[in-house]
Amino acid sequence: MLKDFFGKKVKVINLGIASFAEDLRKQGVETVHTDWRPPAGGNKKIQALLDKVASWQSKVKSAKGAR
Amino acid sequence: MLIDIQQANANAIAAIQASQPVLKGIGTALEVVPGMKKNLILHAGPPITWERMSGPLRGAVMGALIYEGLANTPEEAEKLAATDKIEYSPWHEHDGVGPMAGVGTASMPVWILEEQKGGRKTFCTLNEGLGKVLRYGAYSEEVITRLKWMETVLAPVLKAAIPLAPEINLKNMIAQALQMGDEVHNRNKAATSLLIRELAPAIVKTSFPETDKARVLEFMHSNDHFFLNLSMPAAKMMLQAAEWIEGSTIVTTMCRNGTDFGIRIAGLKERWFTGQAQIVKGLLFPGFSEEDCNPDIGDSAITETCGLGGFSMAAAPAIVKFVGGTVNDAMNFTRKMYEITDGESQAFQIPNMEFRGSPLGINLLKVCEKNVLPQINTGIAHKKAGVGQVGAGLVNPPLKCFEDALEAYVEKYCKDE
Repeated sequence: MLKDFFGKKVKVINLGIASFAEDLRKQGVETVHTDWRPPAGGNKKIQALLDKVASWQSKVKSAKGAR
Repeated sequence: MLIDIQQANANAIAAIQASQPVLKGIGTALEVVPGMKKNLILHAGPPITWERMSGPLRGAVMGALIYEGLANTPEEAEKLAATDKIEYSPWHEHDGVGPMAGVGTASMPVWILEEQKGGRKTFCTLNEGLGKVLRYGAYSEEVITRLKWMETVLAPVLKAAIPLAPEINLKNMIAQALQMGDEVHNRNKAATSLLIRELAPAIVKTSFPETDKARVLEFMHSNDHFFLNLSMPAAKMMLQAAEWIEGSTIVTTMCRNGTDFGIRIAGLKERWFTGQAQIVKGLLFPGFSEEDCNPDIGDSAITETCGLGGFSMAAAPAIVKFVGGTVNDAMNFTRKMYEITDGESQAFQIPNMEFRGSPLGINLLKVCEKNVLPQINTGIAHKKAGVGQVGAGLVNPPLKCFEDALEAYVEKYCKDE
């Protein structure tokens, strides 16, 4: 049993696939589901482009703050 | 460049919120639409050539050429349409919008909307009703006859009536319609009723024959979508207020021509980013299957771009009977759209969400980061020219146009990072 595996009552935070949380709940495990997805759906090219925007904006905010 | 995206987007949304589109009148496209010419055919969606046009857009072009007297038969029209005697351009590049195929030509009457404080104008043709109509690619005699009646009776009566009616602020009217169960894309029942309530006394006051006035009122009354051709140019006018704010990542256009889906971004002046138009999933009329359906078509996604339509479906639970899904789906679509928008409409409020403002200002960066696509509800055209509408349903844009826009944004503003 999952409970015995850790030797004490398990509380679970589930990230991503909702059915995992449902399965745990059916087994009586206290579970909180978080609707999390990898940024940009896991698309590395898009993530790299978003990182460039974030880096630029960080510099913009620093420059404006220094004024 | 010292541009704060958050501030640029806040400015864009403030401009959209401040816009007040009012109904100014009705004119003939050749006389009032910027850049209109006798051999020019305006269409929905991003730019496209005859060779790449889908069936319903081709059908509407053929019908329009017959309507204009430039061709006598569908065969003649098809031949002419493929020559360089006919030019094509998107409505969006002429301050207008067109539902479904969205074909507009020189002789067609158009609604004229104007910013209340003066200045910018937007345009849209008048709605023909459902079924076999030009905007769904039908071009039979009944379609042309109806268009001619709209040109010679409907438009002149309405043109004479509008100055006799109180000023119609379309933003206010849309806001009221949302309180009455519309989302003004695929449900315009309340908005059409509100419009009739304003215009009917003025129509009665005009000097046209009683039979014409009665027929105009009956035509408006028989068509629940009559207001769509006003909600669309109203949304267009509000979004134009955000064009072209330097650095802003707010989406100002979403539209489709039946082949491509196109978007434009406030900070990327006049550039189109396109991807393949998707198949709409929804409820089909008896006798049709998914195989009959053309991919997504029309400028009506301008309503979603402005926080209406699919973004306001929570305000219009009855719409699921027309486009499919459940009331819970309608609520969830609206909730989800807050994840990809930067603001909430001050004017458009959703009663069963404690009057929360509708999700406004689609942020390109959020769409890409969260991988959540805008939710659109829409009519479905038959893929063959000449058939017409086969149903209505739900669809999303292709992610590609957002990814391409992000790439162009980085290239313009921060490629050296």
